Amino acid sequence: MSGSVSIDIYIAILIMVLVNYFTRVFPFIFFIKKEPPEYIVFIERFFPAIIIVILIVYTLREIDFSLYPYGLKEIFGVFFTAILHISIKNYLISIFGGTIFYMALVQYL
Amino acid sequence: MIYSLELKKAFTVSIPVLMGYIVLGFAFGLLLTSFQYPWYLAPLMSIFIYAGALQFVAINFFNAKVGFIDIAIASWFINIRQSFYGLSLLKRFKNSGKLKPYLIFSLTDETYALLTTIKDDNTLNRKYFYLFLGLLNQFYWVLGSTFGALVGSHIKFNTAGLEFSLTALFVVLCIEQYKNLKNIFPFLIGLVSSIFSLIFIPSDKMLIVSIFISLIMMFFFKKGIEK
Repeated sequence: MSGSVSIDIYIAILIMVLVNYFTRVFPFIFFIKKEPPEYIVFIERFFPAIIIVILIVYTLREIDFSLYPYGLKEIFGVFFTAILHISIKNYLISIFGGTIFYMALVQYL
Repeated sequence: MIYSLELKKAFTVSIPVLMGYIVLGFAFGLLLTSFQYPWYLAPLMSIFIYAGALQFVAINFFNAKVGFIDIAIASWFINIRQSFYGLSLLKRFKNSGKLKPYLIFSLTDETYALLTTIKDDNTLNRKYFYLFLGLLNQFYWVLGSTFGALVGSHIKFNTAGLEFSLTALFVVLCIEQYKNLKNIFPFLIGLVSSIFSLIFIPSDKMLIVSIFISLIMMFFFKKGIEK
């Protein structure tokens, strides 16, 4: 169905374009003259670590951990990716390897 | 070419991003077309939005026909971390003139990580080095996603589980963050707040609630974190 995209999708993309640029330009607009306050510096330092963990869990939100196989495939996938990255330290191998491992678990098990 | 040294240095340091973005972009393009969306949405989104996590989540927005205001709020929260990136680059971007709007636009997780890890080389023209780094990284992302979308719209194969590439990306970024920070506290806060909302909050509000709880916890345990 190439070519037949609803106008809503273009509006949605435009909204994401604007919001995304706003998040990136924000500090350059608001903190250009004065030094950022201490609590902003604190957030700046430690929030990235927090949000990354939240995003990992967020990507797994559709999994029902109360039903068989209790999210074990996802947990194994995460550990496999982490072990790859800690041992080989190569983005390509970790992301590609982890994804293929997980796809194999989902498709063949 | 005038700024060839800057380009060369930018290419050298961007190689890890090249590998990551080609793979992840490919996965994004493939996933997008697996839901029957036309291939050209992939380059369109990669050129104008250029935010990995948000683009993946955008596929969910399209599928679920999420309302525009919800999209705006969710996008803001997904990318709010980027507002903190600029804070550590205010000084370095100060004299970049006309290039500044693009340098700011190109601030993805990975570009930010490179910029803040690499020490400024005084023999190079800084703003052009930053520009090339940003352009190269975005080029990899556009290339990967376009390629993935073209492959996905011509060859049908079983993409079940492909969405895990996003999880894998975050796992890798998490490990890199830990190496930089060497402080387990923020990671635990992220884990506790997100697992709490996973259990008690409907999944469409989960992200916003997790961020809110973690910010409260962060200030509650401020002394412990800063030790």
